Amino acid sequence: MTTTIQTLEPAERPLQIMSSRLEGELLEVSMGPQHPSTHGVFRMNVALDGEIVRKLKPVFGYLHRNHEKIGENMSYLGSMPYTDRLDYFCSMTNNWAYALSVEKLAGIEVPERAEYLRIILAELTRLQNHASLLGFLLSDMGAWGTPLMYAFREREKILDLFESLSGSRMMCDYMRFGGCRVDASADWLAGAKKIVDAFPKFLDEFEKLIVENEILIARTQEVGKLSADLAISAGITGPMLRACGVNYDIRKVDGYGFYPRFKFRIPLGEHGDTYDRLMMRALEMRESIGILKQAFEQIPEGPIMNPKVKIRGFRPPVGEAYGRIEAPKGELGFYLISDGSPNPYRYRVRPPSFINLTILEDLCLGHTVADVMVILGSVDIVMGEVDR
Amino acid sequence: MSDIDEELRSELQRQGIWVTSMQELYNWGRKNSIWPLQFGLACCAIEMIATAASRYDIARFGGEIFRPSPRQADLMIVAGTVTKKMAPQIVRLYNQMPDPKYVISMGACAISGGPFKQGYNVLKGIDRYIPVDVYIPGCPPRPEALLHAFMELQRKIDEQKLTGAGKAAHLDRTHPSEFPVPAFGAHDLEPAANADVFRPMKIERT
Repeated sequence: MTTTIQTLEPAERPLQIMSSRLEGELLEVSMGPQHPSTHGVFRMNVALDGEIVRKLKPVFGYLHRNHEKIGENMSYLGSMPYTDRLDYFCSMTNNWAYALSVEKLAGIEVPERAEYLRIILAELTRLQNHASLLGFLLSDMGAWGTPLMYAFREREKILDLFESLSGSRMMCDYMRFGGCRVDASADWLAGAKKIVDAFPKFLDEFEKLIVENEILIARTQEVGKLSADLAISAGITGPMLRACGVNYDIRKVDGYGFYPRFKFRIPLGEHGDTYDRLMMRALEMRESIGILKQAFEQIPEGPIMNPKVKIRGFRPPVGEAYGRIEAPKGELGFYLISDGSPNPYRYRVRPPSFINLTILEDLCLGHTVADVMVILGSVDIVMGEVDR
Repeated sequence: MSDIDEELRSELQRQGIWVTSMQELYNWGRKNSIWPLQFGLACCAIEMIATAASRYDIARFGGEIFRPSPRQADLMIVAGTVTKKMAPQIVRLYNQMPDPKYVISMGACAISGGPFKQGYNVLKGIDRYIPVDVYIPGCPPRPEALLHAFMELQRKIDEQKLTGAGKAAHLDRTHPSEFPVPAFGAHDLEPAANADVFRPMKIERT
């Protein structure tokens, strides 16, 4: 049996008329706030020419939870649990940044063991944040399921450590001004060491899957290029800045905590495209493992709290302070003004992902709408921190 | 749950005859393939993802198919702080879901505003605008708590009746399946709560 397929003659095809009529007309699409790949409730108003992005306007505020205003009406200690909920992937680093700025404000010393514990927890946070970022980014690209499952498998192990130490999986509320809340037992440290020692195996496996993956390279290389000049002038920090080849890491620049005692390298990118930003996370995880291994060897015995600090009824002297750390997403800073009362007079957060998001339009222009999701994923935003 | 005599049923089962009712079969099918809306608001959404991910694996309960479109979803998990800017979108999403539809209010924020209740931009509970089936306390609730809420919802579905006076809401034509979307007023969302839905707890002090 034969079938004949009817085809239009070339002259009958109305292609010419179509293309001339649609030329230059932009289609406005609102992506979000409910969208599977906008990492929460972010919204973008995109003007499309066919599939090419010609204009992009971000719309914020769908998760504005009045963090700063509540902070001004809270005692200094009362704000500590709220900082957990800023960047809800990395509660430990948020705690540290806030504790650091209050310690700067009041001139508090931190015992040695507490500083080591802080470094261990911050680097564990970096591991789980970067691992889950890679999982989310790959699922944005269409690798739905597998990479995210692998990443969350590793993340759960680190969350177990947080839980056994602080009592909560995500909202740890662990640090205090002048130290940490509870001491880590020898068992805990041994368990953490075991997980960290096994982590490179996951990285090897993960990198084997992604580094030379042809589809991933096609989707990420030369997509969303960021120049070093623009990155510096826009105040971009963290892995996104280092992907452009700018050597700026606050762990090295400020040398807060005991970071100057540790040997680690800062991975740098070359092209500033999405692929470099992605690889920057994989390389940083390797360096974090190095830091953790050194910390487990060096951690001394001793107290974890400065006994002179009065946590309840805490009143810092009049003044102002800005404390910042290298959070997994970039420079996280807390700016506090004290008027001598139990509440801060002004409480301001410098969130890395909000400021990294300001150049989103520059990155996305000229790319297809499918690339917007990949670029947004590589910026690594958390809406709790962007909208505060 | 059914009107079949249990003794007779087990007797028949021993003879190789499986007896069921339309209602039982229908509810059994529905409760084991709940498709949640893939929709996260804040911190709780990460625990929701963790529930769907490798360790907790919500697929064991038939809820792993997260749909990004409300048109294909049965269950809305309101996971996180609902702000006044976001509340109209949530009601709109709920209205777009086809019947039968269920809502789980996950975490302290979605129940009452939680730690951010004093904030000027935070809605004090999503149950002001849409009916909630299961509430999960916690900040954020653990994945086990979400699984427990899921099982509670399955129990609730299992008990729904197809006919009679107490039949399920989605089979009752007089029962509304869409609710008015609140609008931005001068100071607050207007109306501040939907009186048909919102049943605040009355505290009687003696």
